[in-house]
Amino acid sequence: MTMTSTPRELPHQPWGRVRQSRRTADRLMKIIATGFTFVAIFVLFWILGMLLVKGIGGLSLATFTAVTPGPGSEGGGLANAIVGSFVLTFLGIAIATPIGVLAGTWLAEYGRGSQLANLIRFINDILLSAPSILIGLFVYVILVEPFRGYSGWAGGVALGIIAIPVIVRTTEDMLNLVPGHLREAGAALGAPPSVVITGVTWRAAKAGMVTGVLLALARIAGETAPLLFTALNNNFWFSPTLAGGVSNLPVTIYQFASAPYENWQQLAWAGSLIITVSILLLSIVARRIVAGGK
Amino acid sequence: MTAATDMTSMPGATPIVRRTPKATFDAVFRNASFGAAMLVLVLLAGIMVSMVVGGWPAFREFGLGFITSSVWDTQNEQYGAWPAIVGTLSTALIALVIGVPLSLGIAVYLTQLAPAWFKKPVATAIELLAAVPSIIYGMWGLFVFVPLFAQYVQIPLSNIVEGMPVVGTILYSRSPSGLGIFTAGIILAFMIVPFIASITRDMLEQIPSVLRESAYGIGATTWEVVRHVLVPQAGVSIIGAVMLGLGRALGETMAVTFVVGNANRLSASILDPGSTIASRIANEFNEALGLQLNALIALGCILFFVTFVVLVIARLLVARVKRY
Repeated sequence: MTMTSTPRELPHQPWGRVRQSRRTADRLMKIIATGFTFVAIFVLFWILGMLLVKGIGGLSLATFTAVTPGPGSEGGGLANAIVGSFVLTFLGIAIATPIGVLAGTWLAEYGRGSQLANLIRFINDILLSAPSILIGLFVYVILVEPFRGYSGWAGGVALGIIAIPVIVRTTEDMLNLVPGHLREAGAALGAPPSVVITGVTWRAAKAGMVTGVLLALARIAGETAPLLFTALNNNFWFSPTLAGGVSNLPVTIYQFASAPYENWQQLAWAGSLIITVSILLLSIVARRIVAGGK
Repeated sequence: MTAATDMTSMPGATPIVRRTPKATFDAVFRNASFGAAMLVLVLLAGIMVSMVVGGWPAFREFGLGFITSSVWDTQNEQYGAWPAIVGTLSTALIALVIGVPLSLGIAVYLTQLAPAWFKKPVATAIELLAAVPSIIYGMWGLFVFVPLFAQYVQIPLSNIVEGMPVVGTILYSRSPSGLGIFTAGIILAFMIVPFIASITRDMLEQIPSVLRESAYGIGATTWEVVRHVLVPQAGVSIIGAVMLGLGRALGETMAVTFVVGNANRLSASILDPGSTIASRIANEFNEALGLQLNALIALGCILFFVTFVVLVIARLLVARVKRY
């Protein structure tokens, strides 16, 4: 760090007074930081490239119309798994949205600043990063074991539990951005808190709250671990009551990927491509809404 | 989406007819939101209780030996968690050793080095890395990374270190299949990078630029600004971000299950197959009966308390970053 006392003659160097070792360290750090960034970007494109190369070959009309093939049978598609994934994901979002929005509203509006709100916020942040396989175990213990059977409902609840903290967090953050004088203006017109919240603050924070729901959707759409012991998976259409297991894309990919049948592997790649592209598109759309909402 | 818009449009939908808000709705709304908020606490408590209760038979049967024993024998109903605990901790540790420098480099690049027009696409790409489902990381790991790793790293490395003391034990792989603890650690590293990097970036951006400018003003280089100004300023929250990444790495399931090799025994080499708590639960749970089921839930219980402690420390250190 010591400066050289006598300026050296370095007419071409923009940093004439900086010692060589410091300059080397600086340049090294810049190269390493840039290199690391490109490694990460490279991995992203490597994964996407892999999915495109291996997945496109497996995509055909049958992928979307035929059911998943049994062991050793020819052809087949992913229709039941795709529909099952839609059902489970939307079940999860349908459970999580009202709970998450209301809880986030309580944290931002009613409980703001209280000890209890701080505790709930803290616990919510922990749930946000809790291992999803533990959520699966939890739902197994409370819903699958007592009712003696796997069901789409259990899978939906498991996904819902994963989505709740995401929605709570974004809802609260977005409501906190709403300026206080909007609420005061509402209250000054004689509106009770519930009307101020539903009519003023929610409306002002709408774009952000929608983003929270979309992010939650993206988060749970690819979740595999919590579905392993709740929704299970099988190779036929599930019953409309969602009892006895609901086929879904992530678990199908997991089971098909390392199977010895070639058509299974093909379908696993096609499924991976479908699921990743949908999730990345969802995340990008969610980000766009936030950018546009500001 | 529609739920929120419907509700928000409700009071404004009839602007001419003046309605008197019902007092009951106010109370119902207030209590419903309070109930929803309390549900968050109930959920965490429920997970804790269900893990302890579900795993209790295994804890009672084996006592402390459940944690220290390395035997996992379904025939004789003997269960010990030690190999899975060691596997979990070592994969997470490897992930941190590789992932933390990567994340810090990315955060420094994004905040200090990247040209303005390039920042946004890079930041988006890093965040998309977080959106890729873990099962896709598993597919990439198993079908792309594992064969390359076996051929270009594991086999040459085994040839070099064979017979050496210590190093020859830790880095020698008996069956160079590419699967193993180390591979799982590498995949995990890429999975936790986006989380650590984006929190660190937020932290670095929050540092008042007057601090940076005064350091540049006395002639510091960019590296010196990062090392002596930014890192000390954001130090505690960077550690928090790292702990958050650790929490993720400990509980990650699908990607690890694909590449860890799922061996039930403990090996001295980090290149040999092993298993983690999460991968063992994912592998065995659906076929498990009786005591094995309890033992697996008991494993989940251990994982819960380890991640809980790590995440509590992480959150206390990060203390409210935006998002995540």
